[in-house]
Amino acid sequence: MRVQEKIIEGLLWLSAAITILITLSIIWVLLSESVKFFSEVSILRFLTEKEWTPLFAEKKFGIMPLVAGTFLTTAIAIAVALPIGLTIAIYLNEYAHARFKTFVKPLLEVLATIPTVVYGFFALTVVTPFLQSFIPGLAGFNALSAGIVMGIMIIPMISSLSEDAISAVPRSLREAAYGMGSTRLQTAFGVMVPAASSGILVSVILAISRAVGETMLVAIAAGQQPRLTLNPLVPIETITTYIVQVSLGDVPHGSLEYRTIFAAGMTLFVFTFLLNNLSFWIKKKYQEKYD
Amino acid sequence: MTNSEKNRLKDKAFQVFGIFCTFIGLVVLAIFLIDIVMEGIGRIDWDFLTSLPSRRAARAGILTAWAGTLWILVLSALIAFPLGIAAGIYLEEYAKKTKLSNFLEINIANLAGVPSIIYGLLGLELFVRMMNLGGILLAGALALSLLILPIIIVTTREAIKAVPRTIRDGSFALGASKWQTVWNQVLPASFGGILTGVILALSRAVGEAAPLIVIGALAYVPFVPKTPMDEFTVLPIQIFNWTSRPQEAFLTNAAAAIIILLLITFLLNGIAVYLRHRQQKKIKW
Repeated sequence: MRVQEKIIEGLLWLSAAITILITLSIIWVLLSESVKFFSEVSILRFLTEKEWTPLFAEKKFGIMPLVAGTFLTTAIAIAVALPIGLTIAIYLNEYAHARFKTFVKPLLEVLATIPTVVYGFFALTVVTPFLQSFIPGLAGFNALSAGIVMGIMIIPMISSLSEDAISAVPRSLREAAYGMGSTRLQTAFGVMVPAASSGILVSVILAISRAVGETMLVAIAAGQQPRLTLNPLVPIETITTYIVQVSLGDVPHGSLEYRTIFAAGMTLFVFTFLLNNLSFWIKKKYQEKYD
Repeated sequence: MTNSEKNRLKDKAFQVFGIFCTFIGLVVLAIFLIDIVMEGIGRIDWDFLTSLPSRRAARAGILTAWAGTLWILVLSALIAFPLGIAAGIYLEEYAKKTKLSNFLEINIANLAGVPSIIYGLLGLELFVRMMNLGGILLAGALALSLLILPIIIVTTREAIKAVPRTIRDGSFALGASKWQTVWNQVLPASFGGILTGVILALSRAVGEAAPLIVIGALAYVPFVPKTPMDEFTVLPIQIFNWTSRPQEAFLTNAAAAIIILLLITFLLNGIAVYLRHRQQKKIKW
């Protein structure tokens, strides 16, 4: 009996320990291929060259154009999702009836369940033609349309995490603000949002991390032309799109071209890893304790 | 206008803006769904569902794509379900508050934040190259299992956490061992919540294309996979492939395939919401 209990506990422990093995494997896979890549291409070239053309005859290995493309789509997405998401969070907490809230929240969550290829189709076939009707210089593939649609996609992420943060602020603070004669708006921005600021910041950082790693939407709608630009109207390429582009082609295993996707993946992993851990740190450090 | 009138006006204005923001996402969603349905619904018929892919848009079907999606769904569930629940049980019921369990927790949160395409690179190197599987169903399902594992672990823990202490104490008082308590009391009581989490995780897996493309799933597979060792494609990859072609007829195909993919995703989410609702109604501790 005792032996059986021990064996079961051992198996359960093993299942949990596998998660550490997964992390180690990810790091090992990215690192071992990247090391081989950087033995042929110096890190200095990787970080400073202004062009990314590993698939051309004349090869350049500057990651900056891909980073710029990723930054551009992410920035547009956050510029759309943050004001809308935060306003929704405030509205649902400070203005809306409880019944409206329970009705609307699951509907907003639907936005997060739709596969990202579907959003890509939407950006390419609906949003881009619509934007072209009043932005004449807009290319068929562009960061603007992909960024806007990505912003819509991550609205529920910001709204629901911020909403949790705001509703965790104790009622007494809100009532004190009302007691001083504040309007709902003044209460929201003078008391509730500052009190929940660390939680809101965490929601934004996680949304950025999500946008940086987003793949199919940008692969479909933003283009496949690495370009060091902040112009949202022209085709660009993100880190993730480059990995997809190479995977679709016929690049032989073990070649330098094959290793570029691991160097690109390593860059992506470092960005999201830093962002995620920054959010955990903020959450832990600034967890407001009201008693 | 006095100051307080001004403030009241601003308050009203923000209320209107709040309603606008709440609905803008939903309106866009509605426009989008209507657009897809208008474009694609006419293309869906029995032939579309049962035909193999083709170079000619009018003859192409999604048989291999939805068969691949179904395979991936079942295989990922078989791999990730037991593993995720076991890990969840360990962390919630067995692990003591040590540095190691704290590290495990941070690690799982980190895994949940790793972009899906990185799991593709992991699968490419680990399953396709080192285990020499090639771009087959099993390799794809393994990669997606790792992707959804953190989601299943987190929801399992939440479901188990909701089971009150008294149930466990009662079981122990009757002389049950730790595992007997977990197996006979805690798991049945939390199973609805666990299942909800697993289904939500699977609906995530169904929509993924990026990791499978990296692993080497093909866009054109002229046969239905018979075993987990066969090459495959899935609906999202088929949609991506059709969307990247210039001809209008392929976009219509893509829209039709999107309708099928959305039906599967919404069905899975619907089941999850129903289970959660039933669970909340049934159990009053």
